Amino acid sequence: MKNSRHLNRKELTLKLETIARKARYKMLEALCRAGSGHTGGSLSCMDLLVALFFHEMKHKPQEPGWKERDRFVLSKGHAAPALYTVLAMSGYFRENHLSTLRKLGEKHLQGHPDRKSTVGVEVSTGSLGQGLSIGIGIALGARIDSKNIRVFVLTGDGELQEGQIWEAAMFAGHRSLDNLVTIVDYNGLQIDGYINDIVTLEPLAAKWKDFGWRVLEINGHDYNEILDALEATRQPAGKPTVIIAKTVKGKGVSIFEGKAKYHGIAPTAEELEIARKELLGDGTDQI
Amino acid sequence: MGLTRFERVPPASELKFEYMRQRYGEMLVKLGERYNDIVVLDADLSASTKTSVFASRFPERFFNVGVAEQNLMGIASGLAAYGKRVFVSTFAIFATGRAWEQIRQSIAYGDFPVRIVATHGGITVGEDGATHQATEDIALMRAIPGMSVIVPADPVEVLQVIEFIVDYNHPVYVRLSRNKFPIILDESHYRYQYSRAQVIAPGKDVSIFACGYMVYQSLMARDILREKGIEAEIINASTIKPLNVEDVVRPVKRTGRAVTVEEHQIIGGLGSAVAEILVENHPVPLLRLGIRDRFGLSGSANALLSYFGLDANGIASAVEAFLKQT
Repeated sequence: MKNSRHLNRKELTLKLETIARKARYKMLEALCRAGSGHTGGSLSCMDLLVALFFHEMKHKPQEPGWKERDRFVLSKGHAAPALYTVLAMSGYFRENHLSTLRKLGEKHLQGHPDRKSTVGVEVSTGSLGQGLSIGIGIALGARIDSKNIRVFVLTGDGELQEGQIWEAAMFAGHRSLDNLVTIVDYNGLQIDGYINDIVTLEPLAAKWKDFGWRVLEINGHDYNEILDALEATRQPAGKPTVIIAKTVKGKGVSIFEGKAKYHGIAPTAEELEIARKELLGDGTDQI
Repeated sequence: MGLTRFERVPPASELKFEYMRQRYGEMLVKLGERYNDIVVLDADLSASTKTSVFASRFPERFFNVGVAEQNLMGIASGLAAYGKRVFVSTFAIFATGRAWEQIRQSIAYGDFPVRIVATHGGITVGEDGATHQATEDIALMRAIPGMSVIVPADPVEVLQVIEFIVDYNHPVYVRLSRNKFPIILDESHYRYQYSRAQVIAPGKDVSIFACGYMVYQSLMARDILREKGIEAEIINASTIKPLNVEDVVRPVKRTGRAVTVEEHQIIGGLGSAVAEILVENHPVPLLRLGIRDRFGLSGSANALLSYFGLDANGIASAVEAFLKQT
């Protein structure tokens, strides 16, 4: 992958924004073709994924087994379409493979990430609340070997209602796992409605702090804030870091934004066309 | 003289009894010296599971996650994903019950070679009672795709099983017990073979398939039956999954009748595994001995075995009645 670290912040932000727009469109195209899938929560975390895969993480798409790579765990496995899209665009597999999403085939893209069928997927996820523990295991392995490897775990917000998350948070805090970064995609919506109506997470920052974590709160769609937070995690803090990223479910396409309904449904052809116009403009922008 | 150390089972006073979990803990240390990538995890029961032996020798490769079995299995998955050789221990009920979905999703679905070695399986847990007696663990683990299930019969076999799984590259569940087991297998002749059920004592009238502590009880039942003119063969079915079809069918073709004995529900465990194979391949009368769709009780291990008909006398009289009926 081309190194983006030589770019100044303005150039970098512009580059990532452009990639994210294309990624959103390619992902929606795959979802539309699949006819089902999680549109809202895949859009809300796309900017975070693009920042990780196209800038922050140390990885080699041409050498997926590279031992020194940073590791990424998608704990909110239902955002698989977003992960698949950034994996394809980074070069882990060909972009036309995105058309296999949710279609029957042993090596096709599964509805939720499956490490055995998809190169670049570190661990299989989909049942909520399990990814943070897995990330801890990877981080412990790297620590035992004194490797300079960071582990990024992206969680949803609804999944923070799972007890296992807090078992994991307590353990990571106790062990001062400072090679572990959790990013919470805090879009405020879960399947049945607003998190604050169902079971609130607040005060969320205080909870993580009490469990022994460094807490960074950002706008998860503002690349300046995303990049600042990720850069801050390069310096070990003697404790794990959580980035609470305030996001908008369905971000990037007006008709999906902030709608719980789009948690689990795919765009229609008409909706995809609206998305195309909003994301790519008049169509002269090359995909 | 077969693969056991004796023709007839000597009285308990002449047998050497050992804790399987103690042998496991000591074996972990030996393996820890041989492989520097072994990591061991426990959930606040290391003194009981004997992973504490490994912990004191290799503290940097041991993690106690506290009373948090879901996190335990998740961390195990992550360590395996990173490339470590992972052993996980806690009580059978918490490993397979509390964290079943973590084992399914985080470990088995990704085919990570996590070795779950659980102790305190079955009713011989004793006085702590039903909450702590795993009598469904074999069924729970057997149902997960790609998961192997092994229940060693004695301290000789437990070492061979641990030696095998350390290089086995897929998820595996090993069930150990709380109580002491006598050494019954002949160390110089018996060799654990993955997926194989081995005849350890011959007989022509009925084939008794047993696992774990029930192998010892079944051997003693065989001696009682012999006094009554019944010759039972004892098969150590330590690998319940995958269970070699021929190893079940071949002996039963000879004897014509099968019995299974396990410290587990008769639903879903060894009895079910043997029944499935026989019904598909060679249907014969089958008697499943085990716990019959109920929870356990408090009491000493021996009292419980007798109460549930799983001691030598209980097994012998059930087999005798079964042979009369069939």
